[in-house]
Amino acid sequence: MKIPEQDFFEKITFRDALRLAMYDEMKDDKNVIILGEDVAKYGGAYGATKNLLEQFGSDRVIDTPISEPTIVGTAIGAAMTGLKPIAELMYVDFFGMSMDQIGNQSAKIRYMFGGQISVPMVIRTQGGTGRSGGAQHSQSLESWIMYIPGLYLVMPSNPNDAYHLLRDSLQTNTPTVFIEHKLLYNFEGPLDKKNKVQFGKANILNEGNSISIIAYSRMTNFAVEAAKKLKEENISAEIIDLRTLNPLDKNTIINSVKKTRHALVLSEGHYTTGVASEITSIIFENCFKVLKKPVIRYTAEDTPVPVAPNLEKNYVPTVDRIVDYAKKIIT
Amino acid sequence: MNSKSNTNLQELYTTMKRIRVFEERVAELFVRGETAGSMLHLSIGEELGPACVTKAMIDGDTFTTHHRGHGIFLARGGDPDKMMAEIAGKKDGYCKGKGGSMHIADMSLGHLGANAIVGGGIPTVVGAALSYKYLNKKNVSIAFFGDGAMQQGILYESMNMAALWKLPVVFCCINNQYGMGTKIDDAVAVKDFSLRAKSFGLECLHVNHLDAEKAYTDIKEIVDNTRNNKPSFIEVECYRFYGHARKDKSPYRNEDEEIENRKLDPIAFAKENILTQNILNEEEIKSIDMTVDKEMDVSMNYAINSPLNEEAEIFTDVYDKSYTIESVDSRINNILKNK
Repeated sequence: MKIPEQDFFEKITFRDALRLAMYDEMKDDKNVIILGEDVAKYGGAYGATKNLLEQFGSDRVIDTPISEPTIVGTAIGAAMTGLKPIAELMYVDFFGMSMDQIGNQSAKIRYMFGGQISVPMVIRTQGGTGRSGGAQHSQSLESWIMYIPGLYLVMPSNPNDAYHLLRDSLQTNTPTVFIEHKLLYNFEGPLDKKNKVQFGKANILNEGNSISIIAYSRMTNFAVEAAKKLKEENISAEIIDLRTLNPLDKNTIINSVKKTRHALVLSEGHYTTGVASEITSIIFENCFKVLKKPVIRYTAEDTPVPVAPNLEKNYVPTVDRIVDYAKKIIT
Repeated sequence: MNSKSNTNLQELYTTMKRIRVFEERVAELFVRGETAGSMLHLSIGEELGPACVTKAMIDGDTFTTHHRGHGIFLARGGDPDKMMAEIAGKKDGYCKGKGGSMHIADMSLGHLGANAIVGGGIPTVVGAALSYKYLNKKNVSIAFFGDGAMQQGILYESMNMAALWKLPVVFCCINNQYGMGTKIDDAVAVKDFSLRAKSFGLECLHVNHLDAEKAYTDIKEIVDNTRNNKPSFIEVECYRFYGHARKDKSPYRNEDEEIENRKLDPIAFAKENILTQNILNEEEIKSIDMTVDKEMDVSMNYAINSPLNEEAEIFTDVYDKSYTIESVDSRINNILKNK
């Protein structure tokens, strides 16, 4: 499969947008390398690095043994000595293996060493439900990363954002965790390489006056579906796609809620101490006087992820219930 | 004895002496209440490995150390003033006092960082060596760690990757017989660490004596060989003369053991050799010792007199410069003002 060279795509998959971002970045900067399990010959468990081995060779697209802590640790050492590594962790659940290197090492190095050195690396990984992966292959662990000072956290919802934000992530000097949702790889949308996305700025997908629905990653698309249904009932929902969780665009959230005076926060993470809890707090702290109802966070359950498809589907937010809760909040 | 090796022994003696006195001054700084906390892990008794391995390093080589790494950094050329100031948590320290004893680093000397997580800095050198191979540099990257890290899984992942990819990595275990209060006999079934390293395909060297000159010759040979993308493992055995950290009175081992093992002093051994080989006389050695004493006194006073950091330093060096972190105080006041 040849890698397409044009600047504009009317329709491209999320997977191909990611691949293109890595391809373009590797073409522009010979110090960008990729390492991870099955990223080279196999092309990545979800196909995001397909054909990059043929394009750039085995010095730059490197299959590793199954050693998640050292995949991240190797990326750190390479980043400290002149390279810009992309370390792929096949599943976000493998944070359990590599959290020391992510949280204690990469995030802390610049600070502990008094600003002497940066760690310009990206950890690309994949999470979320939808494929009956079960409790160790379907989690949403973004709050683990968001909790740690020193890491950027990116969770795009569409191909255009995925392309631009991945390239931006490779151009910052702060270690960045880039989490892709496993059900978004086949999600299609336009891509305009010339139309850059501002890193750290949320995207208002649908302007509205009745309620602010704050989401990220796949939940953004659920929110858009829900907004269509709400519109049929003359309820105008404003959808905010956070895109990056750190930096977090608080102002866009706060300004929206000050306008709509109602807020529903969506996340595929757990209810307790998740990303949604943090955003809910921010809204309460900053919009207390204008809120007409308590802020509602609609999240995955506080349980491990079940395998059975019927259970898994209702374990996370559904479009129907987003609509239902939104209506209840504003009435 | 040729003059070159005479110079080596004299140099190694001086390096080891500097480490010893530096650590003694750190202990004094602690007693005087001038250190940032008590998590200070001294390498008294362990000077031979750091002195010999760092002497085999060249410009552009990099290394990571563990939480007992003062001696390694000093031997590699660390400025004792800035090191002592860092240990005191002061502004003039290597890391502006934000890293301290266990997180000291200096990119200009290739020190990619001390580490307070046992084994935490080991894969860093695999990445650095990957860079050297990719960028065609003839450098090595060395991970220093203790016998405690020999029981961490990440070491074996790193050994495997370094061997698999033929990277210029040296894994250097300074085996001081203790992981905090747990003696090596209570931590491993098989104490021959080289067996493990060999099984991954690494070249191995086991230093189990006090002869610094011989150790340096053997170490230099294996480090030079590593530059040709032949990863290696060096174990240097020694004895931790004092407790784990400053407040540890070593209740887990008896005095007889300590007295017996403190006789295994690489500095006394080197001095003896220098005298018997007529390289220097007592007076000349005394003169070296006095110079070292003075140097470390100056460093200790430098640390004491170094200014404290500004409060704003809490918030710098976390992200890219464009990212500002709002203080908790500011957040609370803004909420209460209902902005």
